[in-house]
Amino acid sequence: MRVALFLTCVNDTLYPETGRAVVRLLGRLGVDVDFPTAQTCCGQAHYNTGYRHEAEPLARHFADVFAPYDAVVTPSGSCGAMVRELYPRMGERARAEGRGDTLAATLAPVVPKTYELTEFLVDVLGVTDVGAYYPHTVTYHPTCHGLRSLGLGERPRRLLEAVKGLELVELPGAEECCGFGGTFAVKNSDVSAAMGADKVRNAESTGADVLCAADNSCLMHIGGTMGRLRTGMRPVHIAEILASTEEETAAV
Amino acid sequence: MSSRERILGRVRRALADVPADEAPYERAVARDYTREHGRRGVAATVELLAENLADYRALVHRCAEGELPGLIARLLTAHGSGSVVVPPGLPAGWLTGTGARLVQDDAASTAPELDRVDSVVTGCAVAVAETGTIVLDGSPDQGRRRITLIPDHHICVVRVPDQVVGGVPQALGRLDPTRPLTWISGPSATSDIELDRVEGVHGPRTLEVVLVDGAPDARTAP
Amino acid sequence: MSGTYLGMPAFPQAAREAVGNSTLRGNLRHATHTIRDKRARAVAELDDWAALREAGKQIKDHTLRHLDRYLVQVEESVTAAGGTVHWAADADEANEIVSRLVREAGGGDTDEHEVVKVKSMATQEIALNEALEAQGIHAYETDLAELIVQLGRDRPSHILVPAIHRNRGEIRDIFRSEMGEWGRPAPEGLTDTPAELAEATRLHLREKFLRARVGISGANFVVAETGTLVVVESEGNGRMCLTLPETLISVVGIEKIVPKWQDLEVFLQTLPRSSTAERMNPYTSMWTGTRNGRAGEGDGPRTFHLVLLDNGRTDTLADEVGRQALRCIRCSACLNVCPVYERAGGHAYGSVYPGPIGAILSPQLRGTGSEIDASLPYASSLCGACYEVCPVAIDIPEVLVHLRERVVQGGPTVRHGNRVVLKPAKGHAAERAAMRAAQWAFTRPGALRAGQRLASRTRRLHPRTLPGPGRAWTGSRDLPAVPAEPFRDWWQRTHGGRDEAK
Repeated sequence: MRVALFLTCVNDTLYPETGRAVVRLLGRLGVDVDFPTAQTCCGQAHYNTGYRHEAEPLARHFADVFAPYDAVVTPSGSCGAMVRELYPRMGERARAEGRGDTLAATLAPVVPKTYELTEFLVDVLGVTDVGAYYPHTVTYHPTCHGLRSLGLGERPRRLLEAVKGLELVELPGAEECCGFGGTFAVKNSDVSAAMGADKVRNAESTGADVLCAADNSCLMHIGGTMGRLRTGMRPVHIAEILASTEEETAAV
Repeated sequence: MSSRERILGRVRRALADVPADEAPYERAVARDYTREHGRRGVAATVELLAENLADYRALVHRCAEGELPGLIARLLTAHGSGSVVVPPGLPAGWLTGTGARLVQDDAASTAPELDRVDSVVTGCAVAVAETGTIVLDGSPDQGRRRITLIPDHHICVVRVPDQVVGGVPQALGRLDPTRPLTWISGPSATSDIELDRVEGVHGPRTLEVVLVDGAPDARTAP
Repeated sequence: MSGTYLGMPAFPQAAREAVGNSTLRGNLRHATHTIRDKRARAVAELDDWAALREAGKQIKDHTLRHLDRYLVQVEESVTAAGGTVHWAADADEANEIVSRLVREAGGGDTDEHEVVKVKSMATQEIALNEALEAQGIHAYETDLAELIVQLGRDRPSHILVPAIHRNRGEIRDIFRSEMGEWGRPAPEGLTDTPAELAEATRLHLREKFLRARVGISGANFVVAETGTLVVVESEGNGRMCLTLPETLISVVGIEKIVPKWQDLEVFLQTLPRSSTAERMNPYTSMWTGTRNGRAGEGDGPRTFHLVLLDNGRTDTLADEVGRQALRCIRCSACLNVCPVYERAGGHAYGSVYPGPIGAILSPQLRGTGSEIDASLPYASSLCGACYEVCPVAIDIPEVLVHLRERVVQGGPTVRHGNRVVLKPAKGHAAERAAMRAAQWAFTRPGALRAGQRLASRTRRLHPRTLPGPGRAWTGSRDLPAVPAEPFRDWWQRTHGGRDEAK
């Protein structure tokens, strides 16, 4: 099976450690993952801000870059949802605008083979114990697109529960949005900040060392809020926890 | 152009994308939901009705048919009722035990007159166990809608098990849509203060439901 | 109240004030969290919820897609049952019709006309009370929350509970100071217990119900095959207004139709559980025509008028993506789960329809021309909680994004029944340029890499806070640190980590 890593533009630029963790983790599980360097961005920010037509070339580019692979793995719930949920919709809209089936046909092949990381681990590789070691107290925030668009359900939790040394504590109000929402964070910054502050307060109340999620965009907002509120917690992507082993333990 | 024609024209232009051969109503709706929830016997359905009525603060009583006049009389006395509205077709025997003044409802009686009456006793058309609902359809044993609205105390008699259904779909199937219908689930209530439910606003603040075992249909009784 | 809403500031400015109001935040948080949990329990009782939701969606979609036919059927069946049907293309026309009907009905013991009203979103939408007042007709709101809003000279902030922004203490104060102005004053020594507040309402309104000659309502459903109208309520004020007056006028949006009686079996299960989180609401009234109609039997109003209201609904219907908003049954479950509504409050939405559904309904009914309407599609983090709880499966995030597109890109749409081509909205020029630049870079991996390297090399120079629009981020959040090298450089340098020294 030829597996490609779609790291996402945000992770590539700002969170390379998450990418290195995915490579390490998949390698440990026997998957030789490739990173096609022509990859850029799925177009989510464009699409969700109302620039669907500007997002189309990015989607076509994505489809071209990942066409040769059997599976595409991404450590981002929202970018995964963009491909799986919104690429088909972009095709439909183009058709409704009288532009024929070309876009739909171009995008269709990548849709079913794109997996969010925890889906790939649990559903495709069939593992929940990835042999990780992480001696910290962790609370898990299920991000909105992972929770409601992709329906990740219990997968991240099952993976975390199997990590040695990890104590998982319940996050109050876990299913509530953290307030990131892409351009929402700046267009409605007051509401976004209030949501972020509530999320951080809930996280703090658990007494955990680490708030874990499967999406660095949300973690950037939550972590930025934690920093500003001088919280002692750290935001960590789930890939970095799952990649951590007794030999090579990720720092907190 | 009349507004009727303008609106219908706008609707037709708005729906230009709808194909002429689209599935008709009968095939457009998949009714994969159930007629009632769970399988239970007749006795359990009546029990569920009683539970759900009580859950929304209706006072529930059970009796055999012969005990009904005595029970109604006791309920009226306990409520301190000096007068009671009587629907035109209420079985005559139901109120034989009470000393309260009987006020026959007729089309000439006004709302302020009804406001001076303490209680009302009616039958019902159907009761829904899953939701704790009684439905009135204006039949002679239930009367006009206003008589169960203005007096502050409503005693509603439900014949069990005949008048009890499990779910909402079953209840609709028993009702005639052209009749004036009132679905009642507990006494009047509101959630308007902090989204917390409080009983007792404009309708009767006390709803008593009497489940009568084995009574014949009030409307066909001699 | 549409007049009141003209010139509303855009959502972000209006929301800023609400976010800073700790009483309001507390009231909203308390109320929405209470109802949220109850709704979840009420829905969980039904193991066929998904099937009910799907059937509700299909019934509404089918009706909307054949609305011309069902409108004509409603007209026929209501007329056959003794009612009179009127058609109103917009708010002004609806208000004129209702004012005329009230005057014709006479009413009130003096020369003054008065009407009692059941809570109705349609009459709020067309600002009927203000229009009647201008004609010398007093309209009394009889729903408790609407009464609180009316007495407090306030605006509604929630679909189901228009006074949700008020706590019990504030309600007591409004009753004490205002009830005497409108009729029977609040009882001496009124406290803030909900039971006492409800009792005060009962006493205050009873005299109005008993003397009312004209009642005005909306409807939750109109059954096309029978001409039956359905009003779902809790307090009994609806029953009072629907049964006691001689004349009943119902103002109903054209999207409220369901084809058949049987269709109610879906909505009478989904609506109460989604809105007040009850198995069934205390009172539901169903009537077909008048007391002289087929089975009226001397019960209820002598005269019944049905006013069918368009007011932007056909424009909404013309949009293949946006028309799903017309499936809405006004349960307000989406408001109660919305994290943005919880913090911004209903007033920030500048419409009688607040919350997620309002953010897609108002800009369609009113168009995206005003500042507030153009900002509403952005009043969401797209978290999807609204879609998840919607009992007719309106994909609110999908419509929000669709309307964002209409705002920033313009394009063909329908206003007042006419095809128009919208220009892209002003104020998005910088964003549009940024999006195009990003698109250019993202279709050229080399350009992306150059940008990333520049960011990495200059990372020690990055400020902690940003000027201009960037302040919207750094006002409340630290910026992430830019790493020494982007992932793609690490990948190429180490051949995917194989050559990594570590």
